[in-house]
This record gives sequence, structure tokens and C-alpha cells, in this order.
Amino acid sequence: MENGQEDHGMGSEDIRHNEERWREEVRELDELKARFMTTSSEEIDPLYTPDSLGDFEYLDELGFPGEYPYTRGVYKNMYRGRLWTMRMFAGFGTAEDTNERFLYLLEHGQTGLSTAFDLPTLYGYDSDAPDSAGEVGRCGVAVSSLEDMEILFNGIDLDQVSTSMTINGPAAILLAFYAAMAEKQDIPLEKLSGTTQNDILKEYIAQKEFIFPPEPSMRLITDTVEFCARRMPRWHPISISGYHIREAGSTAVQELAFTLADGFAYVEDALARGLDVDDFAPRLSFFFNAHNDFFEEIAKYRAARRIYARRMKEKYGAKNERSLLMRFHTQTAGCSLTAQQPENNIVRVTIQALAGVLGGTQSLHTNSMDETLALPSDTAAKIALRTQQVIAHESGVVNTIDPLAGSYFVESMTNRMEAEAEVYFDRIEKLGGVIPAIEKGFFQQEIARAAYRYQTEIDGDDRVIVGVNRYVEEDEKIEIPILEITREMHDRQIARLQALRERRDETAVSASLAEVRRVCTGTENVMPSLIEAATNHCTLGEIVDVMREVFGTYREPAMF
Amino acid sequence: MTEKKIRILVAKPGLDGHDRGAKVVAAALRDAGMEVIYTGLRQTPEMIVNAAVQEDVDVIALSILSGAHLTHFPAVLELMKEQGIIGEVLLTGGGIIPEGDIEALKEQGTGQLFGPGTNTRDIVEYIRNWHEGRS
Repeated sequence: MENGQEDHGMGSEDIRHNEERWREEVRELDELKARFMTTSSEEIDPLYTPDSLGDFEYLDELGFPGEYPYTRGVYKNMYRGRLWTMRMFAGFGTAEDTNERFLYLLEHGQTGLSTAFDLPTLYGYDSDAPDSAGEVGRCGVAVSSLEDMEILFNGIDLDQVSTSMTINGPAAILLAFYAAMAEKQDIPLEKLSGTTQNDILKEYIAQKEFIFPPEPSMRLITDTVEFCARRMPRWHPISISGYHIREAGSTAVQELAFTLADGFAYVEDALARGLDVDDFAPRLSFFFNAHNDFFEEIAKYRAARRIYARRMKEKYGAKNERSLLMRFHTQTAGCSLTAQQPENNIVRVTIQALAGVLGGTQSLHTNSMDETLALPSDTAAKIALRTQQVIAHESGVVNTIDPLAGSYFVESMTNRMEAEAEVYFDRIEKLGGVIPAIEKGFFQQEIARAAYRYQTEIDGDDRVIVGVNRYVEEDEKIEIPILEITREMHDRQIARLQALRERRDETAVSASLAEVRRVCTGTENVMPSLIEAATNHCTLGEIVDVMREVFGTYREPAMF
Repeated sequence: MTEKKIRILVAKPGLDGHDRGAKVVAAALRDAGMEVIYTGLRQTPEMIVNAAVQEDVDVIALSILSGAHLTHFPAVLELMKEQGIIGEVLLTGGGIIPEGDIEALKEQGTGQLFGPGTNTRDIVEYIRNWHEGRS
């Protein structure tokens, strides 16, 4: 054969003939189960061969790392040049408690910060609001004011470390707190680097921490995108997130397709505002889950990069190469962890983290073994961080870029994921786009159905979960330390907030809130007024109350 | 005469948005032949108990993964007492609830509370047994 690339040592007819014979023979053999399937219930063949790939063009489908279509990675030398950022998601109790955890993680070699806020903060309530009862500091750290934010980052150089904040509904306000804090320290906004999650679409779809209806929510997001494009060039204003879609029970393909569809919706909103795609696209970032099924996950990341680059170039006309790069954070799958025999979770997390690394992630959070029981303890969080360090420095997987490329199985899975995502894009478009599809409950029902199927497979023993439906230890005693959120943490937070209200300049507060109201009612960018309000010690809850009055609130239809 | 179906209110109290478990359990109870009413998210204890009375349910099932179980379960129990449905209606549920807290809540009057990894068939069986024991 003249073309060396297709020379597998024998002609393709020979391969096909031998493959057919082999399959015939294998069909006669007994197998352990009737159906071999992925975590997403996709059936897998016993063997993949050159035939599985059809007309596979290396340069079109893969190319080189750091080159279009970026299937093999977004940077030229990937982890040989720089390891992924080890970014552990942390937050509990008060700002002091979480600050201590941040410093602990940095001391143990973490390279970026990631903030988990409590539910009241995520919903834009102050810690002392009636709706916050029972929730303060439980799922993350309570931040109601600029003062809380300052305590949270005490002793941390804002122009040295990159900070991710998992905040959505009130993301613009928390970004304003962060910016106001930097301004007080005379650090130019241009030097701040980090990410606000700020992805409201996946909130309606999966995580459900929305406040306002879709339209004003999208406006707030596009305001932050625009503000960052002009003033905070090192900040990622949105992290378009599949993580929560997967945690809510979606399949890998649904995670891929719904996340990308959300991403393209933000792009289209910013284009409609009149922004140039190359002015904002280089700062868009993504966030994916890493579940148990090793190859399915790796294929998902590779397909994601390729679909994104192709669309950004072909559909949205991006010219700047950096607009085509899908950079993403990965978190191992919380929903895959078991309360039973929790030490086994360390092993699950290792496999998942390895998939994220082989998939070319830019940053990684590894879950702690105790996450089905409580928020992570110091020790559990440290083991999770060490897991990343072992992968980085001992496993050897960082030595070469995208080592699974060319695997018949991985390439064919990557192709299939891309094709199936395209089918979802068409379905979403037929429903009128992402927001109409949300309002019709399309995503929610697709996800609920997949979650129920997965549970049914476990309940019926068609899917084995070690320690849950096999290798069960009766009368198991859980003997790992559990982090407790104390009443004292709650009381300290409330006391600080109330003292702040006593102390601050009320005239400045009222004027700032009036300005926020004026800006929200009109069309100008909200960010400057929010930074002003933050600086004058308006609280999160006060600002969100104004926005609720202007924008209204959203309730989703209850379906299961 | 056909037997009256067991009626269950599945509810998400407070701010917790994790609704995967609630929806999966709701679907499993429905497929086991029960009448399931799902409240959706962000329910106050008042909304939950009022819905339970209006819908004349046999069982209230709360799903809480946020750590606020020691606030919401007692609040619902208190209102069930006020409405005079305690004992008559079962309050059960699940989520991320430490063992010690489960014992404390059971002492206050909840039924069984289920944690991660529970087989939905065990939940169905528990509710059926409770219902048979009652009627």
C-alpha cells in the first residue's frame, strides 16, 4: 500500500475478513453478562479495529496538540510545559474557617483556590435572613459582605494566586466584592486572575440555584463578560459547566451536548450585544465531570474540544486562535462516591482524576473520600490533593501528550460522542434554543430519565457498585473523621454581619442601592454600580433584594 | 374492589437544589404503584404540611442533602402535630444525614431515614410495611 498511514501490515480487505471470522468465533464463547455497557448505559463492542473508524483522516480529526481542531489538547506541549492547576474546591462555616483551609491547602502544594459558598450566598440571601435558617456555612462558606470576602482572602496575594468562585445567580455581585477588595488593596483589576462560574443556564437545567428569570439572568452574565473583556482581561467571567448536569444524573453525552449548547447560547447572547467574538471568547472556560467510566470520560473531553473549535470557527467566525480553545476544569464525580466503605472512594477518585488528566484538563479538583457523609475534613482533602500529585509526578502519564490517541476504541468513542452531541444540538434547536427547551423541561426530563435508569440498573444488580450492591459489609462502622459545622460558626457570622450594619455609612448604602436599582432598570452595564455598592458595604442580600424587585424571580415546573 | 393506592408527598425543603434523589425515589414509588405528588424545590415546612393535608397523603418524604435536616425535619414534625396528622401520616425521607442525626430525628418522631446507596426497593418495601401495619 502506498499510503503509509493506512498500512496496517495487511490490506483493509484482509483485516475485514479476519475480523468477521474472529467475531464469529467470539460469538460462540460464553460471556459474563448479556450486555457490556458504559456508566452512561451505552453498549460497548468486544473489540475495536481499523474498521471501527471508517475514513479516518488524522489531520482533520486530530491534528497536533495546540493546533486545530485541538482534539489532542489545547496547548502545544501540554503537561510537559506546565502541569494542570491543582485546585481544590473548599468552603465551610465562616470566612475565617475557610481562610484557614485555603492556607492549609496552599501550604500543601495546591496551586489555585476554589471557593464553595453556602446555600444562602448562592441564593443571594444574607446569613441573617429568615430563608437562611439552618443553612449558614453548611454547604460552603457564608459571604454576605465585602468584609466577609476580605477575611476569606486574608493573607493571600490576590495578584499571585488564581481564584475560582462557584457562584451563579448572584455572580456579578460576588465578582464586585472581589474587585472592590482588590481596589482597596491597590491591586489593579487587570492583575486579577480567576473564574466566576456564572453559568445560569445549567442552574435551570440541573443545579437549580437560580434566582431571577432567564432573561435578566443572561443580561447579568453578559454584563460580566463585557466588563471582564474591558477591565479584567485575566479573569474568566464564565465557567460553562457540565459538572452539575452529570451530577444530576445525565449521561456523558448529555453532559457534553447540554454544556456545549449552553456555551453557544452565551456566545450568541454576547454577539447579539454587539461584542466581537474574539474580544470575549478567549476568556470563556468550561467545567466537566470525571465519572467512573475511564474511556468514556476521556472520549468526552476530546470530543468537547473538537466540537467547540469547529463551531467557534465555522459558525461564529472566530479568527483569533485563542477563541477556539476549549479550556476546562475537571472535578471527579461526587455522585459516584459511596457512603459505604468510604475509603474505597480514594480509588474511585484516582481513576476519575486519571481520566481527567488523560483527557487534557487545565485544572482539577479531586473529591475527598468523605463527601457522601459531610464536607471534607482536612485529612480527607489532603489525601485527595496528594492523589493528583501522585498522578502528576509518579504515574508517568504526563510524559507524552494525549497518549490514547489512535486507539481504535478511544477514537471511535470520541467520534460517536461528537455525532450524538450533534443530534442533541438539532433537538434543542427545534425546541427554539436553550431557554425555550429549559422552559419546556426538556433537559430536566432527559436527565431525570437517565438518572432513574442508572438507579434501576443498580437496584436490579445489572450494575455493580462495590460496597453497595456487592461486597457489602453488614454492620459496617464508619470510622473516618467527619467535619462538623458548629453553632459557634453560625453565631460568629451573624454577629459580624450585624456589627457591620451598625457601623457603616447608611447614607452611602442607600445611595448605592438606589444606583443599583437605576442601572438594573435600564440597560447599562451593572458592574461599576455593584463595585461601588460593595465598597460602601451594601450586603449581598440587600443588593439581590433590589434586583429581585426589578427582575422578578423564577420558579420551575415540578416534574419527575 | 381495588385497594386504595398509597399516597405520598415527596418534598424538597429549604434551599437545597439537589433533586436527583427526590426524583429517582418519586419515579420508583410511582412504578411500584403508589400515587406520588412531587412538590418541586424550595418548599417551606408550612407549604409541605399544607400540601400533605390538602392532598390527603399517607406519607411525607423529605429529601435533604444540604445539612439542614436538623432544622427542616423538626419543623415539619411540629406542624404535623399542629395539624393533628402526626401518627396518622408517616414522615420519612433521606439524603446526606449522619447516623447520629438519624437516631436523634427518629427519637423526635420521624420514621426511617435513608442514606446514599439505598436500594429504592427497600424504600418501597418499608413504606408498604408501614402502610400494612397501620391499616
